[in-house]
Amino acid sequence: MGYSIAYLSLVVLIPLAGLLIRVSAMSWADFVRVAFSDRALAAYRLTFGASFIAATINAVLGTLLAWVLTRYRFPGRKILDALVDFPFALPTAVAGLTLANLFSQTGWLGQFLVPLGIHLAYTTGGIVLALTFVSLPFVVRTLQPVLEEFEVELEEAAATLGAGRWCTFRRVVFPALLPALMTGFALAFARAVGEYGSVLFISSNKPYVSEITPQVIMGWLDQFEYANAMAVAVVMLSASFAILITINLLERWASRFQR
Amino acid sequence: MAHGIPKGPQVAMNSKSRRGIEEPEFIRKVLIGIAVGFVGVFLLLPLANVFAQAFAKGWSAYIQSLQQPDTRSAVLLTLLVSAICVPLNLVFGVIAAWAVAKFQFRGKALLITLIDLPFSVSPVVSGLIYVVMFGAQGYLGPWLDSKDIQIIFAVPGIVLATLFVTFPFVARELIPLMEAQGSDAEQAALTLGATGWQTFRYVTLPSVKWGLLYGVILCNARAMGEFGAVSVVSGHISGVTETLPLRIEKLHQEYQSVGAFSAASLLAILALITLGLKTWLERRQAAEQALGQSDSLSSHEH
Repeated sequence: MGYSIAYLSLVVLIPLAGLLIRVSAMSWADFVRVAFSDRALAAYRLTFGASFIAATINAVLGTLLAWVLTRYRFPGRKILDALVDFPFALPTAVAGLTLANLFSQTGWLGQFLVPLGIHLAYTTGGIVLALTFVSLPFVVRTLQPVLEEFEVELEEAAATLGAGRWCTFRRVVFPALLPALMTGFALAFARAVGEYGSVLFISSNKPYVSEITPQVIMGWLDQFEYANAMAVAVVMLSASFAILITINLLERWASRFQR
Repeated sequence: MAHGIPKGPQVAMNSKSRRGIEEPEFIRKVLIGIAVGFVGVFLLLPLANVFAQAFAKGWSAYIQSLQQPDTRSAVLLTLLVSAICVPLNLVFGVIAAWAVAKFQFRGKALLITLIDLPFSVSPVVSGLIYVVMFGAQGYLGPWLDSKDIQIIFAVPGIVLATLFVTFPFVARELIPLMEAQGSDAEQAALTLGATGWQTFRYVTLPSVKWGLLYGVILCNARAMGEFGAVSVVSGHISGVTETLPLRIEKLHQEYQSVGAFSAASLLAILALITLGLKTWLERRQAAEQALGQSDSLSSHEH
């Protein structure tokens, strides 16, 4: 007990408090000037926008994957199930490296896509792609247990009452999945917002254009402008906290739903 | 859509679908097709690509690029860092989960939130807080400098940053397991005269061993693969403070494609081993649970 708190404060609390104290030493005007500079604002827009798109893609495809994995039996299902965790197991640097290569002009997929005018490597689309990859497992993994425990009797009842399959899904299954789906979405979003490694490889890393927030922080650090880096970091931290609180509330809502 | 649907179970499904809870065969095939296609293109293809690029210039070029002194020292550093971080976080995870699951105390919710924190903080920010703490312009910077201790841009900083990003894994796995088990068995053991340590060693630990291993595997995968946090504190000194993921970045920037992908292939193998072990553990756990249930059933019958 004492040990875990001591360890926690040593590794997490004290450094975190240190950051906040250092930033509070900045004047408010300085903080605003750096944290909400044009470059930072462009990065926030890109970070949150791309993360939102990535989380939405994952919400749709993740629901489909979870449904297929829990409802259908087909050869290779177990392998498919195990592969869903692959983005968690694969270091992000490797993910970024191989995705960038795959979609570059000479890559396996890029050689077909680039002539069609679809440039995914070194563009904003590539950032969305990388973020979708690293946050893929969240929606699937939060939906799977809910779908497994879902009472099939309810679907039978709907069918008895004359509802078609699509109508049953939309009116009966989907509302029960919604809290878990939103939790999964929020988890995927949170992961995407903080992601750095994979984006570094696939983005062209241009300030104002294709630079995500962690890169802005890195940029300030490389110039040894620690105060500026910290100001942007505090904005990121606040966003993380807001998402964390949202996830906790969603989980509470979801557990109430299941009872 | 290379996979067909097996004939056997389908007969059973057809009788079920009469109850109106199965999609038409066609829809089912399309959905499975999309799922398999998506995973194939989005997950398998990138994996295959790592190895294809690593071996693009043949086996000997692959071996040669792995034998570069800087890449070798990066492998060793990565192994060292995870060898330090995993045991420390294992001990912390077990103790924290034990405290959260078996005792009631004030600030418990706060403790749980704090354990989750590293999951939601951007890795770059995690690295930054150590720079603020120990860097040249940081709180302890001047003092550390006078004592000639270097943490940032050195191995201790890498260890600290890795500790931060990996410490939720073991605790997160154990807390729900320990909570589900309750403390009845422990109390029984204590009543029978076992010491606290014996209770822990012979009652608590065996019941969570699979979850524990699971947490360790995930913790290890993250420790070896962490990029953002380590990148901030490392200083990128080749051969000294470069972990394997950072080495990949350096090689990539130097346009050494085979070198970068060879190094990446090592981490991809790590990811495959992690997935394999994870799947195996899940099966063991499920098998053991099934066994436990049939045991309790048969004992009821006696």
